Amino acid sequence: MSKKKKNAAIEEVYVKPLIKRRKPNRSIAGDIALYIFLVLVACIMAFPIVYAVSAALKPLDELFKFPPRVFAQHPTMDNFSDLFVTMGKSWVTFSRYLFNTAFITFVGTAGHLIVASMGAFVLAKYEFPGNQQFFKLVTVAMMFTGYVTQIPNYMLLNKLGWIDTYWAIIIPAFASPMGLFLMKQFMEGLPTSLIEAAKIDGANEWLVFRRIVMPNVKPAWMTLIIFSVQGLWNNKASTFIYSEEKKTLVYALQQIQAGGIARTGQGAAVLVVVMIVPIAIFIFSESQILETMASSGLKD
Amino acid sequence: MKEFFQKYVIMRKHDAKVAFKKMKRSKMCYLFLAPYAVLFAMFFIYPVVASIWYSFTYYNILEAPRFLGLQNYISLILEDEIFLTSIKNTLMIAICTGPLGYIASFVFAWLINELPRWVRSVAVVIFYAPSIAGNCYVIFSVFFRGDAYGYVNAFLMSTGIINKPILWLINPVYMLPICMVVILWMSLGTGFLSFVAGLQGIDGSQYEAGYMDGVKNRWQELWYITLPNMKPMLMFGAVMSITQAFSVCDVTMALCGYPSTDYAARTIVTHLFDYGFSRFEMGYACAIATILFLMMILCNKAIQSLLRRVGT
Repeated sequence: MSKKKKNAAIEEVYVKPLIKRRKPNRSIAGDIALYIFLVLVACIMAFPIVYAVSAALKPLDELFKFPPRVFAQHPTMDNFSDLFVTMGKSWVTFSRYLFNTAFITFVGTAGHLIVASMGAFVLAKYEFPGNQQFFKLVTVAMMFTGYVTQIPNYMLLNKLGWIDTYWAIIIPAFASPMGLFLMKQFMEGLPTSLIEAAKIDGANEWLVFRRIVMPNVKPAWMTLIIFSVQGLWNNKASTFIYSEEKKTLVYALQQIQAGGIARTGQGAAVLVVVMIVPIAIFIFSESQILETMASSGLKD
Repeated sequence: MKEFFQKYVIMRKHDAKVAFKKMKRSKMCYLFLAPYAVLFAMFFIYPVVASIWYSFTYYNILEAPRFLGLQNYISLILEDEIFLTSIKNTLMIAICTGPLGYIASFVFAWLINELPRWVRSVAVVIFYAPSIAGNCYVIFSVFFRGDAYGYVNAFLMSTGIINKPILWLINPVYMLPICMVVILWMSLGTGFLSFVAGLQGIDGSQYEAGYMDGVKNRWQELWYITLPNMKPMLMFGAVMSITQAFSVCDVTMALCGYPSTDYAARTIVTHLFDYGFSRFEMGYACAIATILFLMMILCNKAIQSLLRRVGT
């Protein structure tokens, strides 16, 4: 009897409380103030995006109403269908711009993922002369923007004959230092014993890379993809590509906006098309991206 | 002395031999790295070196580059008033938005850290979305439109603060502040993500040990436990925000026009585009690029040595 009681007492201690105990050093008033503050800031941050989406859904007469309203009263998809119908008759159709951007983004991202992971794999898991130095160089390259290298890049691409082709955007995107950096940091967390075990079983490096390493770093894939897509999907590319039929979506957006008041609705619709893709990818892969970013720190 | 020198040479030779043997043994590694290394050298290392070289020449693509010495830099600093304006604007934007955006990234990451899981992930999306939303910032040109239909003008006129519309994006007085607001709105970027993830990774037992040792409030917790744990992420975030702060050009070009009235919203990158791709004075543009490059690298090094002292 007494033993049972004792057991129950012990169990009681080890049962997890349903509601997590509050951390010490926190006041309820402080927490409430914090919540209110966060909600306010979130509203301010979200307002322009919400406004952009609702503007795309407004019919033409509502767009110019005064005083302006934030939300559409009779939402329609007219603006989106206009993009394909009205612009379908123009010389370069809207779907062509969409295809250009999608193609550049897809190929650039896929290539970047493969090339950067191959480099990151050996940098993270093997010792060889030049290993540390190369990685240092890559981290230095993260410290300046692409604008610094734009002019020699233009001359180089010109010499290669890639100006005015998709490759002028795609190939430089392969070598983005950010992707290699994040991939390498994440791969360092992979147990070395996994690779050694595969080696003992007779796998060569390529097989190890393809069958062992890549499936185990899927969270890092998503991170590379979101950064690469964000860069390529929003690429204006106006300096490297000048034929109209190869121009990108963001360029078309600027043209439409320059077209004045008559095309306000279409402009808002393109804006939504441009921004929805990176945001959607981010929403679907948020937890994986955060998992990768946990190893993003710069140590020295 | 001679003996010492000989010994040194022999040692170096030995080192080189060992290194060469190691290199031979790790042929596979170089093969894996080769695709990335070649592209990286082509599009990141070569351009930096080339841009430093071209900055000492006059080059307009058609003729062969002609060596000028320091002439480009001298005329940039002494004769080009627009360049000085652009440096002033870039530094103003960088100093106002860089640190503020960086601190905001950390503060918001820290504040949402203790929220329940699903609330936190919604909050991350809301805060991070502006920085990946592409060209969404052009929506601000609707808000700040110069006529009475612009939202800000309409609001200010209906409340009676002003009685005629203000030309927000054409009047040089308002251009930079508006650009700064828009840039701040977009500043919770990659660094913010890194902070959120880093805060999640801190071991909870450290906080418990802290309570035992007499940590009294949030601020002590932040300074003695959270910040020292976050140092690598803080470094990474700093690199990201410095790089962003110095390369402002899209926002100013989209909102204030290119060129803007009185060059009031001209930044270094805009100036670079003007000389590189409108006037094709590549040598001059490369000098601008080199100055920008040096500014970024030096600023990064300075901030990193500062951050090393955090929490110690």
